[in-house]
Amino acid sequence: MATTTTANGIAAVRRMSLGQGRWVWALVVVLALLPIIGGKTGLISNYGFLQLSLMIVYAIAVLGLNILTGFNGQISLGHGAFFAVGAYTSAVLIDQANWPFWATLPLAAIMCFVVGYLFGLPALRLEGHYLALATFALAVAVPQILKYRHFEWFTHGVQGINIFKPDPPFGLPLSGDQWMYLVVLAVAVLMFWIARNLLDSRTGRAMMAIRDHSMAAGTMGINVAHYKTVVFGISALYTGVAGALHAIIFEFVAPDSFRFELSIAILVGAVVGGIASLPGAVIGGVFVQVIEKYADALTKKITTAVHLPIDLEPWTIYGIALIVLMYTMPMGIAGGLAVLWRRLKRS
Amino acid sequence: MTQSTRRLLLAGTGALALALVASPVSAQKKYDEGATDTEIKIGNTNPYSGNASAYGTIGKAIDAYFKMVNEQGGINGRKINFITYDDGYAPPKTVEMVRKLVEEDKVLFVFQTLGTPPNTAIQKYLNGKKVPQLFVATGASKWGHYKENPWTMGFQPDYVTESIIYAKHILANVKDPKIGVLMQNDDYGKDYFNGFKQGLGKDADKLIVQLATYEVTDPTVDSQMIQLKNSGANVFFNITTPKFAAQAIKKAAEIGWKPAHYINNVSASIGAVMKPAGYENAQDIITAYYVKDPTDAQFQNDKDVVEWKAFMQKYYPTGNLIDSSNAYAYAVSSLLHVVLKQCGDDLTRENVMKQAANIKNVQLPMVLEGIKANTSPTDFYPIQSVRLARFKGEKWDLFGEIISNESSTQ
Repeated sequence: MATTTTANGIAAVRRMSLGQGRWVWALVVVLALLPIIGGKTGLISNYGFLQLSLMIVYAIAVLGLNILTGFNGQISLGHGAFFAVGAYTSAVLIDQANWPFWATLPLAAIMCFVVGYLFGLPALRLEGHYLALATFALAVAVPQILKYRHFEWFTHGVQGINIFKPDPPFGLPLSGDQWMYLVVLAVAVLMFWIARNLLDSRTGRAMMAIRDHSMAAGTMGINVAHYKTVVFGISALYTGVAGALHAIIFEFVAPDSFRFELSIAILVGAVVGGIASLPGAVIGGVFVQVIEKYADALTKKITTAVHLPIDLEPWTIYGIALIVLMYTMPMGIAGGLAVLWRRLKRS
Repeated sequence: MTQSTRRLLLAGTGALALALVASPVSAQKKYDEGATDTEIKIGNTNPYSGNASAYGTIGKAIDAYFKMVNEQGGINGRKINFITYDDGYAPPKTVEMVRKLVEEDKVLFVFQTLGTPPNTAIQKYLNGKKVPQLFVATGASKWGHYKENPWTMGFQPDYVTESIIYAKHILANVKDPKIGVLMQNDDYGKDYFNGFKQGLGKDADKLIVQLATYEVTDPTVDSQMIQLKNSGANVFFNITTPKFAAQAIKKAAEIGWKPAHYINNVSASIGAVMKPAGYENAQDIITAYYVKDPTDAQFQNDKDVVEWKAFMQKYYPTGNLIDSSNAYAYAVSSLLHVVLKQCGDDLTRENVMKQAANIKNVQLPMVLEGIKANTSPTDFYPIQSVRLARFKGEKWDLFGEIISNESSTQ
C-alpha cells in the first residue's frame, strides 16, 4: 500500500516536473539574475546571498541522499560524513596546495565517490535497519577521525581550516558572496540536470526496480549488488560536492561543522521535502537551512509574544513543525503540493 | 548696494567665518558603520546552549552592565546597543553569527566573543574586514600578536604566562616532581601545555610522566584520572574547563590520589568548580588569581564586591552571585567602558583599536588590587599579572607577590 502511494506521488511529481520544465528554467533564470536585481538595489545583503547559497548547497546534499534512499531504497543516517569528506578535500587542497577552488570540486567528487563506493561494498550485506546503523556509526566517527592527532598536520584538529573566499574573476562587478552564489547555482543546476537524466534512463529504472522489489529486479537480470554499490558512490559524490561548496562559501571547516546532527538534518530535509522527488530535494534544502537557523529564534519570539509561562527549548518549534508536516503531508512537501495540484485541477 | 544688503552680506560673511571655525569641531565627529550620534552597536557571541553553556552567563552579565550604563546616560551621550547571539561554542556557528553581526546588524566591532576555537575561526575574517575583535574571552597567547592580527586583542593573563608561573612554582617547591597533566584537546589546552613545558625547561619531557587528554564533548574524565594516578605522578596540572575540573577533583579524591594539584585559572571558580567538587576534596589546590571571587570570604566587605552585588541585584537578578564569571564580565565590560570613553566622538574602527592599545594603568573593578590594565601599540595583552592562591577551607588564600609576565612579547 505504502509503495503504491509513493509510486503515485512520484508519478505526480514527474508529471509536474516534466510538464513544467519551462517553469523550472524560468525560475533558474530569475535566481541567476538575483545578484543584479537584489544586489544592486541592496534588497539582499551579502549575508543574504550566503544564506541562499547555503540553501542550494543543502539542496544538493539532500538530492544525494534522495538518490540513495528515495530512488534506490537504501537508508543512510550518515551522509554528513560524505559532506565532511567533500568539505575537507576541498579545504585541504586550497589551504595546503593552493589549488583554485573550482579545481577542487571534481576532486572532492571523485574522492567521495570512491569513499562511498568502498563503504557501499560491506554495506551490501546489511539491509534496512542494519545499514542505517552502520552509516550512523560512520557519521559519529568522522568528526573524531578529523580530530585524530596524526592527521592534525593537514586537518588542523578541532581548530579547523580557514580559507578565503575567491574574488569574482574578470573584474565582474559582483561581491564575493554574489559570485559564489552564482557558482553554486550553476553547479546545482548541472547536478540536478544530471540526476534527472540519470533517473529517467535504464539505470534509473533499474535503481527503482531494486527499491521496489530487489529479488524481482535480480530475476530480471539486474546486477543488484553492482547497482547498489554504484548508487551508494553516486549518492556520496553528490553530498560530497555539496560539502566542498559549503567549505568554499563558508570559508571555514571544522570537525564540529559535521556532527551527526548534520546527517539527521539531511535526512529530515529529504523526508520533509519529499522523498524520491527532485523538487522535493530543493524544498528539503531550503528547509534544512531555514529551520536550522531560525527554529531557535522563532521559539524565542513566540515565547515572548504569547508570554508563555514555561521556557520552551529551542527545538520545540522544530519538533512540532515536523510532526504536523508528517501527519498532513506524509509524502513530504513536494508530494503534498502535487496531490493538492491534482485536486485543484479536478475541481 | 543698500545699507541693509551690506549688513546682510557682512552678517553672512561673519556666519561663514564662524562656520569655518566651527567645522573642525564637527569634523571630529567621525563614525564608521555601527556608530551614530545616539548609539554604538557592539556584537558578541556566547555559548547560551550546549556543553559550554556555563559560560553563557558572561554574555548576560555584559548585557546587564550596558543596561546600567545606558540608564546612567550612556557613554559620551551615546547608548550602547549590545547584540549577542548563541553560538553553542561551535566554531562554524560562530562564523555565521559573526558574519551576521558585521554584515546585517552592522556593528562597530565585536567584543568578548567567547572561547579559543570560536575566536580562531573568526579571526581571519575580522582582520580581513578590519573590524576590531576586542578583549576576547580566552587567554590563548596568540590574541596578542599585534603584527599578524592588528584587529584582535585579548584581555586576561595569557595561558602561556600562567603555566610558566605554575611550572616555576613546581620546580621550586616540589621535590623530585613527577607530573601528570590532564588537558582539554584543543588550542586552549595545548597553549597551556606548551607554556608549561617551556616553563619546565629542557627536562620537561622527563618531568611529565603522563599526559591524558579529553574532548570537550566527552561526558566524563574518569578513565583519564585513573590513568594519571597509575602513572605514579605526584604533581597534577589540571588544564580543564569548569565541568571537567569539578569531575577531576572529585575523582582524584574518590580514587585516593593526592598529588600537588595545580588548576588553571579558567576553573578557579569556587561556585562553579570547588563547591560541586566538594570543598573537602579541593583543599590545597593552587591556582593563579586575578579576578576577585565574590564567594571568597576575604572579599565580603570589599568595596568592589559590594558594588558588584548591588549591580547584580538591580540589573541581573537571575544571575548567580557565586559564579565568578559574572565578576569577570563586570571587569572586562568596565575596560571597554574606559576605551569607548577615550574614543570621544571619533568612533571609527581605527580609533577604537587605537584607544584599545592606549590603556594606561587602569585599575579595573573586581580585579585584584595592584593588578592594572596596560596596553600599547606593541602590547596587546591588557592584564598580565596574577597572584598565586591556595584553596583553604572555602576560600582562596593569596600568597606571594604579584607576579608579572615577561614572556609573551612577540
